[in-house]
Amino acid sequence: MKILVCITHVPDTTSRIAFTDDHTKFDSNGVQYIIGPYDDYALARAVELKEELGASITALHVGGPEADPTIRKALAIGADNAIRVNVQGEDSYHVAQQIAAVAKEHEYDLILMGRESIDFNGGQVHGMVGALLNIPSISPVMKLIIEDGVAHMAREIEGGKELVEVPLPLVAGCQEPIAEWKIPNMRGIMSARSKPLEIVAPIDSESRTSTLKFQLPPAKGSVKMIGADQVEELVTLLKNEAKVL
Amino acid sequence: MSILVFVEGDQGKIKNSSREAVSYAAAMEQSPVVALALGSFQATELETLGTNGADKVLHASSAQLDQGIIQAYASVWAQALEQSDADTLVLAKSALGDAVAARVSVLSNASIGSNVVELPDTSDGFKVKRSIYSGKAFAHMKLNSDRRILTLNKNAIELKTDGESAQVEQFNPELNQQDFKVTITSTDRATGEILLPEADIVVSGGRGLKGPENWHLIEDLALALGAATSCSKPVSDMEWRPHHEHVGQTGLKVSPSLYIAIGISGAIQHLAGVNSSKVIVVINKDPEAPFFKAADYGIVGDAFEVVPKLTAAINSSK
Ligand SMILES: Cc1cc2nc3c(=O)[nH]c(=O)nc-3n(C[C@H](O)[C@H](O)[C@H](O)COP(=O)(O)OP(=O)(O)OC[C@H]3O[C@@H](n4cnc5c(N)ncnc54)[C@H](O)[C@@H]3O)c2cc1C
Repeated sequence: MKILVCITHVPDTTSRIAFTDDHTKFDSNGVQYIIGPYDDYALARAVELKEELGASITALHVGGPEADPTIRKALAIGADNAIRVNVQGEDSYHVAQQIAAVAKEHEYDLILMGRESIDFNGGQVHGMVGALLNIPSISPVMKLIIEDGVAHMAREIEGGKELVEVPLPLVAGCQEPIAEWKIPNMRGIMSARSKPLEIVAPIDSESRTSTLKFQLPPAKGSVKMIGADQVEELVTLLKNEAKVL
Repeated sequence: MSILVFVEGDQGKIKNSSREAVSYAAAMEQSPVVALALGSFQATELETLGTNGADKVLHASSAQLDQGIIQAYASVWAQALEQSDADTLVLAKSALGDAVAARVSVLSNASIGSNVVELPDTSDGFKVKRSIYSGKAFAHMKLNSDRRILTLNKNAIELKTDGESAQVEQFNPELNQQDFKVTITSTDRATGEILLPEADIVVSGGRGLKGPENWHLIEDLALALGAATSCSKPVSDMEWRPHHEHVGQTGLKVSPSLYIAIGISGAIQHLAGVNSSKVIVVINKDPEAPFFKAADYGIVGDAFEVVPKLTAAINSSK
């Protein structure tokens, strides 16, 4: 089985979000970059599937060389090789076209990625890749088992989940608890250095949106504290001041 | 050009978030607003979409569409876009809606704006404001294609309820068996419960509640308020609560009018999922809990004492 895991290179979840250049650029000053937490779940499940069934895992990232350490981390966690399409992703559609081009060339049985990136939270790339390849796309997937070429999945829905079956190939947008995050061990880190990271040129592709400006939410006003024995006052405030009851 | 709105049902009823999406389309003041409903619905239920601002409802009632098969839905939406001559498709963000919208954007050559938080600015092109960095910032985006799809966050617009009843038209899209490779073998949906993404009030519990046996505190308060319940990540990791209740960076992002956090410390990853709530109340026994900095109202106290009192106060104030 050939598995492709698409990873994002995103600010660590504790990063301070700020912008520069008149609110047109993300301020990456002092920001640590990580594999997107949802992509990390996808990768962890891929590594388990490899252990259970035997598989080869390719990690794919669309972006510039600044992401190479993040890609090496995916190799340390258990991907066998990696591909970086050397172009800055412009929007979900732009990235999806690049991923679909790689997938067409290598014909994977299973394409995994996170349900969404944690920077733009679009949650669109898996569906777009599925449509571009004309294969099923399922998201958000919280359980994934492969048996005789059929994927058995649990897909989260509002208020519960549904169980889904689909023959491979397919694209899945993953989330917890599909697997536990894996921390690379020393052997993984050592071997990642010599695993192949292929840099490929992008295909011609278009973006359909442009980001004009970023904005931070207004600062929260200060909190109004209420005594633990004055819950009636809270109810009154919620009714008359906040007007949410 | 019309606006098409995908409306989703839950147990036979149109979801409130879908009614909001219809109101949003109506507020764009570019008629007609055409709602699209797939699978079994009572016509009387669909007609009520008129009150929210729909001029017409297209109903594809084939039983094959009773289940949300992503690929099949995508083909049907794309056909509906053609048929209704729509340049804009609006829908409420949801597990199904998001997954389908992505495919439709490819099939119908549409730009997509996800997690949109307010009406578009159409003074020069088509611009939307969307939530990014898990609610920690916004982006103003231009959607450049002739067609676009908007997925809406909750509370992007006030619900309209004063429209006329809408006329329901049967819609018979072509169903291609190729689109039904996916089989949904079972659905496990808590009945009776208010759906978390739909809820206007959310009561949320964290590790401070000590164990699943204490969740009646959360549930009783939620019942008194007509609220949905949610939880922090460790709570769902330890299986005190089902995973679909988990909010935050790696869980559901919610934006209710009122979010009440009980025994939750307010880690940055938790805040990421709830910081777009209009009003936040925090109950925590630790006055230094970081959540107080993100709160509008706070009570320092033991949840086991404060929450039952609050529930009683709500009940007696009705
Ligand atoms: C990549 C990543 C993603 C993450 N994603 C999420 C996410 O999506 N959602 C999420 O929630 N977390 C997430 N986390 C975890 C997050 O960092 C915190 O660990 C988590 O939110 C803590 O949950 P908690 O507040 O319930 O528990 P704790 O941090 O243990 O806090 C418990 C709180 O309860 C209070 N308390 C204890 N007893 C009482 C009492 N009797 N009465 C009142 N208060 C009491 C304590 O003072 C404390 O503030 C993520 C972490 C990482 C690294």
